[in-house]
Amino acid sequence: MYDFTPLIDNITGFLNETFSPFWAGLISMVLLGVVLLTVYAILGLYLVFAERKICARMQNRLGPNRVGPLGLFQTIADLIKLLLKELIFIKNADNFLFNIAPFIVIIASIMAIGAIPFAKGLQAIDLNIGVLYILAISSMGVIGILIAGWASNSKYSVIGAMRSGAQVISYELSVGLALLCIIVYSGSMQFSEIIASQEDGWWIFKGHIPALIAFVIYLIAGTAETNRGPFDLAEAESELTAGFHTEYSGIKFAFFFLAEYMNMFVIAAIATTLFLGGWLPFHLFQWQGFNHVMDFIPPVFWFFGKTAFVIYLMMWFKWTFPRLRIDQLLALEWKYLLPINLLNLILISFLTLMQWHF
Amino acid sequence: MEETLMDIDLKEKEEYIINMGPQHPSTHGVLRFETCLQGETVKYLIPHCGYIHRGIEKMCEKLTYPQLLHLTDRMDYLSAHINNEAVSLCVENAMGIEVSDRVKYIRTMFAELTRIASHQLWWAAFGMDLGALTTFFYGLRDREKILDIFEETTGTRLIQSFITPGGLMGDIHPNFQKRVKEFIKYFRKKLPEYDQLLTGNIIFRERTKGIGVMSKELAIDYGVTGPSGRGSGFHCDIRKIAPYSAYPLVKFNEITLTDGDTYARYLVRIKEMWESLTILEQLVDNIPQGQTMLELKAIKAPKGEYYQRVETARGELGVYIVSDGGPSPARMKFRTPNFSNLFVINKLAAGHKIADLVAISGSLDLVIPDIDR
Repeated sequence: MYDFTPLIDNITGFLNETFSPFWAGLISMVLLGVVLLTVYAILGLYLVFAERKICARMQNRLGPNRVGPLGLFQTIADLIKLLLKELIFIKNADNFLFNIAPFIVIIASIMAIGAIPFAKGLQAIDLNIGVLYILAISSMGVIGILIAGWASNSKYSVIGAMRSGAQVISYELSVGLALLCIIVYSGSMQFSEIIASQEDGWWIFKGHIPALIAFVIYLIAGTAETNRGPFDLAEAESELTAGFHTEYSGIKFAFFFLAEYMNMFVIAAIATTLFLGGWLPFHLFQWQGFNHVMDFIPPVFWFFGKTAFVIYLMMWFKWTFPRLRIDQLLALEWKYLLPINLLNLILISFLTLMQWHF
Repeated sequence: MEETLMDIDLKEKEEYIINMGPQHPSTHGVLRFETCLQGETVKYLIPHCGYIHRGIEKMCEKLTYPQLLHLTDRMDYLSAHINNEAVSLCVENAMGIEVSDRVKYIRTMFAELTRIASHQLWWAAFGMDLGALTTFFYGLRDREKILDIFEETTGTRLIQSFITPGGLMGDIHPNFQKRVKEFIKYFRKKLPEYDQLLTGNIIFRERTKGIGVMSKELAIDYGVTGPSGRGSGFHCDIRKIAPYSAYPLVKFNEITLTDGDTYARYLVRIKEMWESLTILEQLVDNIPQGQTMLELKAIKAPKGEYYQRVETARGELGVYIVSDGGPSPARMKFRTPNFSNLFVINKLAAGHKIADLVAISGSLDLVIPDIDR
């Protein structure tokens, strides 16, 4: 019903007719970049706003409520403030690396957004190895964090960066293995095909208990990979003041801040796409009327609704749990999550082989 | 001879030294831990204090007893009432006067309210030390109720100077008893929430159990008192050992646990809040009638030396007065609980991770102005 493919085809067709192939390609690239960056900025700002409102609810507070209706423009005001702030340059810091680190972090998260299917046809690029691409790109961010910690020439930053490195490298395994479970089920790495395989039921429902286990592990490991609480050891403010971004100010700090939220969005979006059916509407078995009503809700709403639910889960445990210690964090990954994940994968392979899933 | 910390030549050994403080979120004030790390592990640490030394003991020598009382608020600002009470009791003992029962009851009630408020703030900050930011708002929400009660009677919220030698600055507000009863009812419902949010949490337990174990002997050696000492099984509650004010009249339990780890120190404080509520319950309806201020011509301690100790929210506070018979003391000394509690931290934290250092210093419940005075 709500298919964006004709729209996109029309635009590309128009560009190809009007311009030479080189210019058409260039213009479409620029258009894509502008659209993606706009989506990125708006999403980032309102994720920050959502987090502030949700944590305020959990902490018996009101949260931002002065700038604009319900405080909706608070984060925009904050962004302007951050843009106007002085950029501090540190003596004895490695200036080149120090300046490049926030860009690496933010570019990694922007590139990940490009592969996410917001609705049918509404996807910057539908790679045939989409999942692999996302995994590769999202683990690039840790390079930026390591560089930031190292180049700051601050002892707190170095500890934060080292923690972050150990953490992301370990949890990358669990994220990958959890996603592998769904790849085994659906038999494809392409996002559009994975979504198509869920037309008759989302994997979290028709994948039996193993899919549920994979989902929970993915959620834990994904949160750890974004360096968010209770796994926010890299910036543990009670120990390391702000960890790897202690020495950053102004818009460079904002880059780290924004990248953290967008990474959270990417993690939630992948969870939505692989486990919760992406932009597909919710269907119940034989209830034709109900299913028909659900079909009327545009897929973009379904996608963002499911993503918002996953993001809410992640915020929920950030604001209620204490932080783990570094050795507990690594023990959790290597002693519990990884073995469970491997067994789970074997089980899922067996189920798929025997055709026992719905 | 055991090698002292200062003997270790830091530069020669090229240690990885981190200064936690004087401005650092985990020290709750201007305190500096010079921490030597090996990777994430703390090898040893040297606490440096004195950043907020104001010379309160010296200042006291120039002030009369009712005047110097206002300085004691500024030592342990979270136990302001109890500090006032300690000085007042010491001066009253020196003068050989006895306050009315009404004053005793009211003093005890204020002391217990102060203790609860202090523990609430500690709980709030302790959660934050461990990364659970939500506890801060829950703790402060409930502390607000106590501060409101204080404000109604004394006019101020943090440093009240309400208890003076000879009695109280004024009588309690007519609403006081009603408000306290409301608070008891309210807080009995809210305390289980504390357990739900933090005590029962698996991450919290993993983070605190077996961390920073302090044996009873170590606690006695270093003079660690208050909930921190009682977590190690050190029987040190002055309210039981040397009862003062209305404490001989009320029934309550001294909470002692024997584990001596961070979790035990945490549990002692949570249980003390329950005990304080029972003390308040026993007193609130039975406040007798009587004078709130003795009519004294002049407040002068006779020549001699006097000592009085009380139990603050953090441990044993001792007030030592040397008087030459004048209106102000010739020499004044405070034995503050935090000063003794602080220096055990090297023994507790060595060998643990940095995150544990934060948890341990949080569990000792340090108030920095009380260390430096």
